[in-house]
Amino acid sequence: MIKSSTVSNLSCPDTGVIMRTENITKVFPGTVALNQVNYKIYKGKINVLVGENGAGKSTLMKILVGNEQYTKGRVILEGEDIHVRSPQDARRHGISIIYQELDLCPNMSIAENIFLAREVVHNGIIDKKMQQHLAHELIQRLEHKINPSTLVGDLRIGAQQIVAIAKTLSQNAQILVMDEPTSALNTAEVKVLFRLIYELKSKGITIVYISHKLDEILQIGDCITVLRDGSIVAEEAVKNVDMHWIIEKMIGRKLEALFTHKERKIGKTLFRVEDITLPRVGGGYVVNHASFDLHKGEILGIYGLKGAGRSEMFECLIGANPRATGKIWLGDQDIGGYTTLKRIQAGLVLVPEDRKRDGLVVTLSVAHNMVLSSLKKYLDRFGLFLVSNNEKKAVNASIKELSIRVADPKNPVVSLSGGNQQKVVVAKCLLTNPKVLMLDEPTRGIDVGAKHEIFEIMEDLAEQGYGVLFVSSELKEILAMSDRILVMSKGTITGEFTREEANEANLIDALVLGNGLKNKNVNNKQEVHQ
Amino acid sequence: MSEDKATKTKQLPHITKIDIQQLILRGRVFLALIIVLTVFALLSPGFLNIANLIIMSKHVAIFAILGIGMTFVILSAGIDLSVGSIVGLSAMIAGGLINEGIQLPQFGVIIYPNAWMVIIITLLVGILMGAINGIVITRFKVAPFIATLGMLYIARGFAGLRNNGYTFSNIIGKSEFGNTGFDKLGASTFLGLDYSIWIMLVFGLVAYFVTTRLPFGRHVYALGGNRRAAALSGVRTNRTETIVYMISGLCSAMVGLIIASQLVAAHPATGDSFELTAIAAVVLGGTSLMGGRGSIGGTIIGAFVIGVLSDGLVILGFSTFLQNIIKGIVIVGAVVIDQIQIGMQERIALQRQELK
Repeated sequence: MIKSSTVSNLSCPDTGVIMRTENITKVFPGTVALNQVNYKIYKGKINVLVGENGAGKSTLMKILVGNEQYTKGRVILEGEDIHVRSPQDARRHGISIIYQELDLCPNMSIAENIFLAREVVHNGIIDKKMQQHLAHELIQRLEHKINPSTLVGDLRIGAQQIVAIAKTLSQNAQILVMDEPTSALNTAEVKVLFRLIYELKSKGITIVYISHKLDEILQIGDCITVLRDGSIVAEEAVKNVDMHWIIEKMIGRKLEALFTHKERKIGKTLFRVEDITLPRVGGGYVVNHASFDLHKGEILGIYGLKGAGRSEMFECLIGANPRATGKIWLGDQDIGGYTTLKRIQAGLVLVPEDRKRDGLVVTLSVAHNMVLSSLKKYLDRFGLFLVSNNEKKAVNASIKELSIRVADPKNPVVSLSGGNQQKVVVAKCLLTNPKVLMLDEPTRGIDVGAKHEIFEIMEDLAEQGYGVLFVSSELKEILAMSDRILVMSKGTITGEFTREEANEANLIDALVLGNGLKNKNVNNKQEVHQ
Repeated sequence: MSEDKATKTKQLPHITKIDIQQLILRGRVFLALIIVLTVFALLSPGFLNIANLIIMSKHVAIFAILGIGMTFVILSAGIDLSVGSIVGLSAMIAGGLINEGIQLPQFGVIIYPNAWMVIIITLLVGILMGAINGIVITRFKVAPFIATLGMLYIARGFAGLRNNGYTFSNIIGKSEFGNTGFDKLGASTFLGLDYSIWIMLVFGLVAYFVTTRLPFGRHVYALGGNRRAAALSGVRTNRTETIVYMISGLCSAMVGLIIASQLVAAHPATGDSFELTAIAAVVLGGTSLMGGRGSIGGTIIGAFVIGVLSDGLVILGFSTFLQNIIKGIVIVGAVVIDQIQIGMQERIALQRQELK
């Protein structure tokens, strides 16, 4: 498929290879996920693995940890052929993984999750106190204060990630694979995680680190391996590379700029929100009297950390939370009392943060997911039956327009990579002919190329006169993409900046401001109003 | 059908072994039916004659119709345990309407609805019971298993209460009341096939179109696959779910009518434990109990497998106990094959990939 790979022989010369694959090939229905991959993991190093969505990173990792079986090839651990048939097998060989989509049981406590299938038993009975104690110690090592008896389902994604890391820590791994460990963490949490990774490394543990965040990779990695379309295209010591090199290798061409921003004409007010409030169970507010407006052709960025109430606010706006109060206008229409369906029909759509949980019906095909919100459009002239040709036309047009990589729209939606799944959700929203598009962390867990495409789509939509509202916890993204920025902290909108005014410093100031604030009189609000 | 496959292979030589494998896997319920039929045909001459096939189809129709309603419910990731009881209640209501009419003592009159009205009223009662199930489940957030378990007892209780536990016998109506003709539903034929078989075909066809071609059908699949995503996509989940149970209630009432008419009597215990056979037909037909995956066609064939098996074992003189054991093995075996098939389909897809 790919011309002979340009793998240089050097890399991390001072240490040996602890584990490698030889000509590993993995075929999935619809795609060759890995094509003759020779991947080397260097001992005691932080081995970074990058590649676009669908390049085969996650598949490679799943093979190494026994969650997938390869079609052809060999896996060699310290000079010996091994067959890893299950995660238990992998653990016996000292290989552990933290998945991007966390595999925790939400109905069980933190301690129970950490010791799942390896319960601490005393005379055959689970020693609950001991488990709690050990779990507490592990979490403390991660510099977190969470009660180990808390249910995992009650934690935000960031905190759940900490639990997942604690779980693997407790398994005394020799090789630790981290698949997008920071995709749900805020800056402070990332710092803690990095310190921890260095600590693990100093203890001789080999780390395999998969991420889309290139600045992180450059900061933490020792060796970098780049996958593209199921093949390894480059391997290099991280100190010899820069961001341009990585992106170029990943996408196979030069990337002019990740972000696009064109000057656009911003029209009149399209969407207005007043006093959106969602009370918190047990006092206080999840969303505290939030008010803002959005203009035609405008990209409004909402910056804030995980748990700041951003996702919850979007849920209130789309009508998914019956306890929410407040007024919402779309154009001249008061949609505050509408059901979700009516809001969608009025022209408001949401691309949720958690694709698998809220965005996709995983049992359905790509095509059926795309048309789910807009089925009425494909009915025959009697308005009774769906016409499959109409559906096909819409699906194919969307696939082309958003350049979704799928062999056959009839394939199950889970067979796509994260970025393409995200585009399916976007396609579903766009097919409803919306006026306002709300995107909640639209680039979470997707690669640079797909990010760029998502940004382009946002730009295009704004240019066409849509109102685009997007949430992100990445400063660079927010600053580059937004025409106007709101900062949200602890459920309150604590700052509003125009594109010209905004910079990293004042956004962070506004964030900090929210953390010290109890009520909603925000002083800097009037001074920055346009 | 097997001939079809053979000729296809001859005409199109480029069809590979893999294609045939996949065809067999996809149509495995159908294959099971063919195997069951063949085995019984060999063991019992005359098993495949038209009269016997029609009698068997008549038996199958009962469970196929219940299975159709149950398929909607299970596709939505629910379960309906009350269908057997609703069958009994519907039979009692139909029987009561014909023998006793609607009594209005305050006006001193008794209204005897004609046979058509009886059928419509009974179907409406079935839909109402389903609606109650749906409302309890969606508005009061009761798990479908519990809500319909409650309805199982309640509907059965009302069925007994209707005539103090006695049977309504001889429900043929009287010509002076103008309500004769109810028995025709169970006894008449059209083009040589019983009405009940036609009803099964019509219900099956309509359900097939609803599941594949109506937005409502798509909503049911989405609801069963991922409720949150469906809701955020604008699917009215509560409404869809309630309608699903109403469909199941309608199918149950239809079956109650058919049985009462066939027996020309309504017994309060009619339809006892039918829900389990209906669930078995759905599962045999390849519908996932987790919701979101399955089809109407599978359910109807599944009902045929169960029906042919029951009748065949009776004809061969197996005891009820043995019959139960065999049926149990077939049901679990079918799901085991289902699981194996998922793995095999993946492998086949992989082989195909490598061939390219």
